[in-house]
Amino acid sequence: MRRILNGWLPIYAVAYIVFLYLPIVFLPIFSVNTSPVPQFPIADFTLKWYRDLPRTPALLDAAWNSLVVGVSAAVLSTVLGICAARAITRYRFPGRRAVNGLIMAPLVLPEIVIAISMLLIMLQAGLSLSLFTVVLGHILVCIPYSVSVLTSGFEGFDRSLEEASADLGETAFGTFRRVTLPMVAPAIISSLLVSFTISLDEFIMAFFLAGTEATLPVYIWGQLRFAAKLPSVLALGTLMLAGTFLLLTIAEILRRRAARRAQTAGIALA
Amino acid sequence: MIDIRNVTRSYGTFKALDDAVLSIREGEFFSLLGPSGCGKTTLLRMIAGFDNPTSGSILIDGQSMVGIPANRRPTNMVFQSYAIFPHLNVEQNVAYGLKRLKLEAAEERRRVDEALAMVSLSGLGKRGATELSGGQRQRVALARALVMRPKVLLLDEPLSALDKKLREQMQVELRRLQQAVGITFILVTHDQYEALAMSDRIAVMFGGRIAQVAAPKEIYQRPVNRQVADFLGGMNFIKAEMVEESGDAIVVDTHGFGRIRTERPRSTLRPGSATTVGIRPERLRVLWDDATASHEVAGTVVERHYFGEITHLIVDVPGLEKPLSVTETNDFGADDLPIGATIRLGYDPDALVAMAD
Repeated sequence: MRRILNGWLPIYAVAYIVFLYLPIVFLPIFSVNTSPVPQFPIADFTLKWYRDLPRTPALLDAAWNSLVVGVSAAVLSTVLGICAARAITRYRFPGRRAVNGLIMAPLVLPEIVIAISMLLIMLQAGLSLSLFTVVLGHILVCIPYSVSVLTSGFEGFDRSLEEASADLGETAFGTFRRVTLPMVAPAIISSLLVSFTISLDEFIMAFFLAGTEATLPVYIWGQLRFAAKLPSVLALGTLMLAGTFLLLTIAEILRRRAARRAQTAGIALA
Repeated sequence: MIDIRNVTRSYGTFKALDDAVLSIREGEFFSLLGPSGCGKTTLLRMIAGFDNPTSGSILIDGQSMVGIPANRRPTNMVFQSYAIFPHLNVEQNVAYGLKRLKLEAAEERRRVDEALAMVSLSGLGKRGATELSGGQRQRVALARALVMRPKVLLLDEPLSALDKKLREQMQVELRRLQQAVGITFILVTHDQYEALAMSDRIAVMFGGRIAQVAAPKEIYQRPVNRQVADFLGGMNFIKAEMVEESGDAIVVDTHGFGRIRTERPRSTLRPGSATTVGIRPERLRVLWDDATASHEVAGTVVERHYFGEITHLIVDVPGLEKPLSVTETNDFGADDLPIGATIRLGYDPDALVAMAD
């Protein structure tokens, strides 16, 4: 049994990874193809589709909308996440685990159900659909990610570090600036980047809550109806993919750095 | 130097510290000793300014510390976890408090180097905080506090995270360092040997109360009550009755040890009242062959435990309700005494101390 597994496991693993990532590899390949129809082998190499992107006003609007929504959602979900993560890591209060569970729940709930319920509630509340409503939806989606990144950064943050700073003559504000902030900054930046990325390519919430102002994913969805527009969508998709990959890599590096710092500070206590 | 005046710290109905009165002298190495939960850390944190008395007051150099926050007190602390700032290197950690003093760069440099040299860390200034061993972290914490030239250095169980060998080495170094800088050190510890080895004076605490304040030798040899005696090591407790008093001395009747004259304990005893006398296991010595002592008891060996340099004997003495513990060095063959052997034990009556229950 073990030998069969040993032989087949690598093959299975490779097949699995190919199945997952092959389509993504095709995206950049087709985006530099002169032919508007995605096919192999590619007709000829061109950057035409990329050059056309900045000349599409609707696309620029959508990109701007996505940026506004992404930054707002990232900042707000990180601020809320800081409060939640600090409470979860520092205090022992009744219902702590339940609260943590509720914060994480949107990760596994069907997003379309949440989107529809949010739409209903916002309309009932008399809010007109706009980028603002999209931001509200995205905060809900981003918070679980923010909280988990921040919790791992705050965990083990030794309270005596702040006391040591005060003991050495530093004021409360100085302590925040010289100890607390540098200690948790990597986790905060990481949370901002992750939330921004999630918001940037989130489709369902944006689709239901955006009204007339499309974000990038909603714009792309609209373009897919026109076969001739496919290559520029592929080019745009490739750029988003590259950007996402970059941001998430930076975020993960920062998160690990924050977690390592907090751990070494707490080692002596353990 | 430091006056603790009737300090109480309560949490609801629980009193973490109950009416503590203490006076610590300038340049003294003072230890707060007691089991966990006895209030020693609470008291230390109130001296540092991290916590405030519910009632009473703390004075440093005659100045009341009421309402003065930690960052404006002339105290510095070495934390149990060391609390080394992980995002700074050794030098930056040590210079942390100096930055606020706005010294000239050369002067700051000089003080940092001096502090590092004091704890034998010269040359490690650029080392990252995350690359230090436990012992080195402890030294950085010390240097970081001493560089501020505090009037009082507070140490919260500073050696508890180190292994045994390093701990013993640091005990000697800390004591030497304290004598070199001449700053008042206040050490919190639950390790009686640490307190005995390092301190000028010790306050033994139980359940939020200070039980006894005295020099190590007196604490060990003349504990005021059974609790203190017990916490500081082995002690044979023997029931006794007071029969006579004369000035500072009292005379008690014991079962196994007969009539003894001893120093009066602090508690109020009257002739006729029951009391306890104690004798440390190492103050009883086995009398070999024809050796005699001015005071002797005889008994039977019932247990023998070998500890390398010493042997621990349990000796049943007729008339005593509990057998005696005796520690004996192994140079005369205590490790070979057969169980059941009848032996004589010699003692100095001054080693017997009367105490409150």
